[in-house]
Amino acid sequence: MAWFKRTKQNIATQEKKELGEGHWIKCPKCDEIMHKKQWENNYYLCTKCDYHFRIGSEEYFKLLFDNSEFKEFDRKVTSKDPLDFVDTKKYKDRINDTIKKTGLYDAIRNAIGEINGKECVISAMDFNFIGGSMGSVVGEKIARGIQRAIKEKCPYIIISKSGGARMMEAAISLMQLAKSSAWLAKLAEHKLPYISVLTDPTTGGASASFSMLGDVNIAEPDALIGFAGPRVVRQATGKDLPKGFQHAEFVQEHGFLDCVVNRKDLKDKLYQFMVYMHDKK
Amino acid sequence: MSKNVLEFEKPIIELEQKIEEMRALSDSLDISNEIGKLEKKVNELRTSVYKNLTRWQIVQIARHPERPYSLDYIYLMTENFIEMHGDRAFGDDKAVVGGFATLAGKPVMIIGQQKGRDTKSNIYRNFGMMNPEGYRKALRLMKLAEKFNRPVITLIDTPGANPGMDAEERGQAEAIAKNILEMSRLKVPVIVCIIGEGASGGAFGIGVGDRVLMLQYCWYSVISPESCSSILFRSWEYKEQAAEALQLTANDLVKHKIVDRIVPEPEGGAHRNHKEAAELLKEAILDELKQLEKADPDKFLDQRIKKYSAMGYWEG
Repeated sequence: MAWFKRTKQNIATQEKKELGEGHWIKCPKCDEIMHKKQWENNYYLCTKCDYHFRIGSEEYFKLLFDNSEFKEFDRKVTSKDPLDFVDTKKYKDRINDTIKKTGLYDAIRNAIGEINGKECVISAMDFNFIGGSMGSVVGEKIARGIQRAIKEKCPYIIISKSGGARMMEAAISLMQLAKSSAWLAKLAEHKLPYISVLTDPTTGGASASFSMLGDVNIAEPDALIGFAGPRVVRQATGKDLPKGFQHAEFVQEHGFLDCVVNRKDLKDKLYQFMVYMHDKK
Repeated sequence: MSKNVLEFEKPIIELEQKIEEMRALSDSLDISNEIGKLEKKVNELRTSVYKNLTRWQIVQIARHPERPYSLDYIYLMTENFIEMHGDRAFGDDKAVVGGFATLAGKPVMIIGQQKGRDTKSNIYRNFGMMNPEGYRKALRLMKLAEKFNRPVITLIDTPGANPGMDAEERGQAEAIAKNILEMSRLKVPVIVCIIGEGASGGAFGIGVGDRVLMLQYCWYSVISPESCSSILFRSWEYKEQAAEALQLTANDLVKHKIVDRIVPEPEGGAHRNHKEAAELLKEAILDELKQLEKADPDKFLDQRIKKYSAMGYWEG
């Protein structure tokens, strides 16, 4: 008698799925494979484990605004290169190439629309534009977003997704922390709510200014949120970081977020907070 | 020779020492002529070296271990300084000092980042790297100044905010963000002085104001040249190049309107003469304060929005 007996007729290899280019998505967390349509209809979450894929401004606008209808404004604000900055590439070329590659003009877009019938202005960041970094344009567009909210007397929302200040604009980027924050102070003078939505990742100059300054701070599950990035913290402390360190649940546990909200519920939560804080419209 | 001599300072300091030695001999010998010649030579040399400093050399002067630090300036510029401790919530951050002081007869609130001079004091001061409770202490003092209508003076000298795990847990980002917001709407004049290193958000957490002064040999940017080099060039070797690219000196920043006024330093840098450096800074602060005294407290936010909104370069 054989020592080992095959109980199943065939060796149980997983059935090989032929993935048509661009039709299938694999979850980086649990390896689940989803059809792209299925994934899109599921708020760009993993259908099995709820992993929140990083998405861009366009996806957020469509998910949040009623009937995916919104008016974008100040779309074509682009950065100049005041320092003639060159690293491995000229900053000018980096911008132009990224504009061509992404179809975006910088790392943030402004739109106005309605959430469950409630008018609001949203500025949403795009990580695929030089790491969602904040330079002159991000500062200026937040300023204009706030000005628009003041003009329309409606709440203001920023969806953050940023590695921090843009190094290629050096100290000028740093000044955007004050520009955006001072405008938020102006918004507060008008008693208009500001809701900050922190998504993966929100670190550096963004977290050290507008992202942490919401009347309400909301984060998506598991989003990386911190001042210094984990690599820098690890280097500084010389220790491995505990599991979950600087992730949304951790940050909430330490008192800096009002709540962590699944992307499926984000729209309704934003609506509820807005009407709790703001009467008109 | 002091062990804290920068490479490009060496020829100057060697000559100065030679002059000193000759002076000691001049009692018995008449060599005043030679001394005079050497003095002229050293002055010329100093002028030419300091006129042509590279940005990286300026970074080195800003970090000179004998440079005056916040407490040196506070004691040299003001009288009756009372240091005030703690954020009333967590603790007292030693990387930042602050309290009421009298500046030329005027009561002010003065707050500064504080480095240490040797290993022991540097550990005590955490190398001038503030924690969240430090930013909150600074804010508490600023709000106190606002309540009693006293101008705020901040002194910036930090290699960055503390990047440790505990700082993250206690909300480093929120602490800095809150300060930036609150400083933008403080209803008293705020004068910001960069006296050494101005590293990014860590510096800016006490750096929003009506007038920004910068000592001649300081650096101020979004990142240190070393870190910039390691991120953009994947190596620490390009710090000189990174310093050039970042345009982080007082001259650069005046051009971009980020700094309003350059405060001259004594010849050879502030570390060569603390007293003179403090006098020059005091003079500049008093001059700026005079111009801000008559400002309407309700206009500060709008003026700061105007000031910071103009910083940036965009089209469209």
